[in-house]
Amino acid sequence: MSKEFMDHRKHVTRRYFMGKLSLGVGSVALGSLLIPDLFSNSESPVASTGLPHFAPKAKRIIYLFQNGAPSQLESFDYKPLLNKMTGQELPASIRMGQRLTGMTSGQSKFPLVGSYFKFNQHGNSGAWVSEMFPNISKVVDDICFIKTMHTEAINHDPALTFMQTGAQQGNRPSMGSWLSYGLGSENKNLPAFCVLLSRGRGNGQGVYSKLWTNGFLDSVHQGVQFSSSEERVLYLKDPEGRDRADRRNMLDQLSKLNDLNYKEFGDPEIQARVQQYEMAYRMQTAVPELTDLSKEPDNIIKMYGSDCLVPGTYAANCLLARKLSEAGVRFVQLYHQGWDQHGNMVGEMPLQAQDTDRATAALIMDLKQRGLLDETLVIWGTEFGRTNYCQGDLTIKNYGRDHHPRCFTMWMAGGGVKAGTTYGETDEFGYNIASNPVHVNDFHATVLHLLGLNHEQLTFKHLGRRYRLTDVGGKVISGLMA
Amino acid sequence: MRILVGIFTCLLSLFLVGCQQGGSITGIRDSVDYNLHIRPILSDRCFKCHGPDAGQRKANLRLDIREGALAALKDNPAAHAITPGDPDQSEVFLRISSSDTSVLMPPPNSNLSLNAQEISLIKKWIEQGAKYKPHWAFIPPKKHPLPEVDKSWPKNEIDYFIIERIEAAGLQPNKPADKERLLKRVSFDLTGLPPTPDLQARFLADNSDNAYEKIVDELLAQPQYGEKMAVHWMDVARYADSHGYQDDGLRTMWPWRDWVIHAFNQNYAYDKFVTWQLAGDLLPNPTKEQLLATGFNRNHKITQEGGVIDEEYRIEYVTDRTNTFAKAFLALTFECAHCHDHKYDPISQKDYYQTFAFFNRVPEKGFFGDIQIASLADPPKIKITSEEVDNILTFINKKDTTPVEVMVMKDSAWKRPTYILVRGNYDAHGEVVDVGMPNAVFPFDSTVFGNNRLALTKWLLHEKNPLTARVFVNRMWQELFGRGLVKTSGDFGMQGELPTHPELLDWLAVDFRENGWNIKRLMKQLVMSATYQQSSSVSKQQLEKDPDNIFLSRAPRIRLPAESIRDLALASSGLLVKEIGGPSMKVYQPKGIWESSTSGRGVLARYVQDHGDKLYRRGLYSFIKRTVPPPGMLIMDGSNRDQCEVKRGLTNTPLQALLLMNEPLMLEASRVLAERLIQEKSSTEEKIKKAFLLIVCRQSKKEEFDLLASYYKSEKEKFQQSPNKAKSFIAIGEYPHEKIEDVVSLAALMQVIQTIYNMDETITKT
Repeated sequence: MSKEFMDHRKHVTRRYFMGKLSLGVGSVALGSLLIPDLFSNSESPVASTGLPHFAPKAKRIIYLFQNGAPSQLESFDYKPLLNKMTGQELPASIRMGQRLTGMTSGQSKFPLVGSYFKFNQHGNSGAWVSEMFPNISKVVDDICFIKTMHTEAINHDPALTFMQTGAQQGNRPSMGSWLSYGLGSENKNLPAFCVLLSRGRGNGQGVYSKLWTNGFLDSVHQGVQFSSSEERVLYLKDPEGRDRADRRNMLDQLSKLNDLNYKEFGDPEIQARVQQYEMAYRMQTAVPELTDLSKEPDNIIKMYGSDCLVPGTYAANCLLARKLSEAGVRFVQLYHQGWDQHGNMVGEMPLQAQDTDRATAALIMDLKQRGLLDETLVIWGTEFGRTNYCQGDLTIKNYGRDHHPRCFTMWMAGGGVKAGTTYGETDEFGYNIASNPVHVNDFHATVLHLLGLNHEQLTFKHLGRRYRLTDVGGKVISGLMA
Repeated sequence: MRILVGIFTCLLSLFLVGCQQGGSITGIRDSVDYNLHIRPILSDRCFKCHGPDAGQRKANLRLDIREGALAALKDNPAAHAITPGDPDQSEVFLRISSSDTSVLMPPPNSNLSLNAQEISLIKKWIEQGAKYKPHWAFIPPKKHPLPEVDKSWPKNEIDYFIIERIEAAGLQPNKPADKERLLKRVSFDLTGLPPTPDLQARFLADNSDNAYEKIVDELLAQPQYGEKMAVHWMDVARYADSHGYQDDGLRTMWPWRDWVIHAFNQNYAYDKFVTWQLAGDLLPNPTKEQLLATGFNRNHKITQEGGVIDEEYRIEYVTDRTNTFAKAFLALTFECAHCHDHKYDPISQKDYYQTFAFFNRVPEKGFFGDIQIASLADPPKIKITSEEVDNILTFINKKDTTPVEVMVMKDSAWKRPTYILVRGNYDAHGEVVDVGMPNAVFPFDSTVFGNNRLALTKWLLHEKNPLTARVFVNRMWQELFGRGLVKTSGDFGMQGELPTHPELLDWLAVDFRENGWNIKRLMKQLVMSATYQQSSSVSKQQLEKDPDNIFLSRAPRIRLPAESIRDLALASSGLLVKEIGGPSMKVYQPKGIWESSTSGRGVLARYVQDHGDKLYRRGLYSFIKRTVPPPGMLIMDGSNRDQCEVKRGLTNTPLQALLLMNEPLMLEASRVLAERLIQEKSSTEEKIKKAFLLIVCRQSKKEEFDLLASYYKSEKEKFQQSPNKAKSFIAIGEYPHEKIEDVVSLAALMQVIQTIYNMDETITKT
């Protein structure tokens, strides 16, 4: 059924649609929200259905991206052997020709280094978590750890871009845009794809707007960045000296003027514009209401930590993410910067953990107590891992780790994932994958699957080729799913 | 849910109507044409596995060439994929029409399928002898004779081709647009600015036969023409003011941008324009200007991320040049052949690396230095001194006396070997290749052309090259009409759309080349056509018969591009500073956008806004930091300058509404125009009428005026009750405030003006 529609809809373009049906204004707006791509003039008007391909396990995603690559060896992938072998050279049999970044290619030695931080087992699942994450330790039974993520890139920009768009080069739609395209929006007053940024206290790498780009999809699928300033969405605030009633009045005049023009020219695009102004007007009310955290009860503030009242912190973004998601935003993407510990692991990583541990766990507990965790997929992830050997000087007190694409850890919770489990194993050196690898494409395929989308069917034809988030690869990893 | 089903049912019935119409649109009668009807189906559904890519070919069967389709099947030599004249002996037909999913083609797991109409087309084509034709775009264009039509409508040759199709579709062309709207349209199309009141008055008063032509000539002669033309070229050339990638430091390529404006204004012929950009450095005794022009190929992103692998990124840059060359000048998706043979077009991976070889001799490094030792221009580069600016490069708007460095192209004496990169990996060297171009397009004979980038331009501009002229005239058509004669202006390959008016495209292409690649002449030719000058009103009949306006029985209504919307606000309010060129400007931007996503390194970590005149320059000069482009640009479908783009999207979103209602510059323009008008000795009515004329570029109609006048009155009453609100409202913007006593009237007028700025017609070519 839905496949058939996909074929048929290809032949229907926006103007055609509107011209044929002579729809009233109300139904045009409805259409644009539910099936946004019908209302574009892109080369490939294959519309998103607002309907998944099959029954979804999750309806929404909150993606907590830890930008810069937090070390898996100091967080979730416990490797006691490295502590025993600290200072010894990485055996060539383990390295197996792995290429090096320009930062360590000059190093003559690759001394292994164990975690400075202690690990303990937690929960019924007995997951190993480092002491830096005491709160995440409490929710491990809701989490499915993936220890065997691997990627192709070795530097931040291409790796981040690959992780978020399925291609290293940029200019492809990001995950959130694909989901907006595939599933549309659940809330007519809010964008389907929202982006929240925060900055930690560790060595940082930038983020780029191409990570939330719509690529060749319509710009309606672009991630909308929520800022920490008073004006949460760009240009949301009415001008100084003007209130909502004034704006309403202006829109009424505007709509009459546009209507006169429509009578003269008959172009349905004019009415579409009137409707976009109406949605903008509704967003202006909906967004400030939603982003106002001052009315959150004390127990919630306590849960996320008092930082959550400071706009732009990771904690505030976690709380805001919950609110946006609760309101039906399909994809909330957080980026938290500062995880690039080439040196000073001991000084920086605890700060990064401190800033994120409590709120991350709170988000899971909060969703759970609201009955939302089952339908919300929470992802904690990053662009690659870090080496098991030291970058720079290895001292008793400190060390650093370089980029490592061969294995890293991510985790998911909620919406359809196998809670309280670990998928995949790395070798005892924490350098190679021992079993069950998960490639970036596999990860994307699995996430789409959880949302009820077949990664091979969610396509968009652009310049002669049908593009997918998973490019030409990807397999759904059933071992991750409940 | 029920609503959804309802909508889908409507769509379904629409589709069926569409199918019936498809017959008349594509001209399917009794004769089936390979290029028109069959290749689009085969290419889209079959070539991926049975096409040019030898590496992925299934069952050793290729259907993109006739010999392949007619040969005995490898698995079953008694059978043939296609037996001309006999569908029932043609495995292709048997497979696509089979109800057995184990033999059905395309296989169900490909998620591709053929509908009944497509299957019957293929059947008919086989019955008629399964004739193949070369791909239309690879046959050199020739000038077709003008169609025989009634000569009363056409104004120039273009119209003969257009009216023929309009009439065949059972439509009539629209009446000419009214003079005011036509003037706005042509003014934005040729200069990117609204017509000045003086120009409006002169044109309206001029009843001579060539009144319009005089205006066109005048607009083409204005220096703003070069700026307008440069906007599109910046997208093509992926121009930006920063290096891109994660640290995204400052670069100084703006003198190259100034050259592009200059080149358009001097009306450099397209062949010269292209040759200088691609190979200016290889011309005999190149001038500094010719060297500067080669900056085109250095506009790609350059990494400053510590720790990258040098060769990986050097290969990345050469790849970008190769892909840009193919997309910008040939409208081919070469990038598909970076890792394997192209799946649809006759471009092998070897072809790809032969093209790559032209761009692979630059003495450059993937990683020159990280942002801490910031470099505004990596070698090879040229230094431009004030003396040169005073004497030879007078078009460069250099403000200070320090020389400015610009990245340019250069070939080293050492010819770096070019390898086929296995799966596109920078370190997986395959066979060594020499320069070359795909034979299917137009063979590259190095004994005739040579073997460097200059040779490449000779090949590109050769009269037998089937693509170059077509691709450029198509894009200029797209700039004016919103959609090219080939809609996929970046893909003239098998998967691209067919031209809607193939003979017209060819006629224009040949005419362009035969007339010395004269760009201004081409632009004039397009805007002088009756097709262009039509009204854009849409009747019910037109919407029904031709919703996408394929036949052009009406002028398109298209939203202005991002830059023009800004320029409109600046020009109509009197804020515009018409200075041309120079370093890019940091205009108003919401706080924290750069800061929240920077690596923290380099001078672009923080946004330091400019002030004064710099705030009121044209949109072309807004500073583009690649990782965080100006938000207004992205909201209005501008390019992020990450890669070459030949066509912008055209969407209609709530964020655009927010931008136009609340962005400081839009409000400031309203304020400044209100201040100017309020100081004029005129009645309120006259002020409102004048504002409307300046912004919408036509007189208001009575209903419009009445509505705005009564809105003014009610807003004035409101502000009278709270003059403080009026004061806050008019406080917007850095442009000096006039001392005006009557802030209430000023605020009310500003509100009316703001409303006019938000009208759909204001931001639309109507």
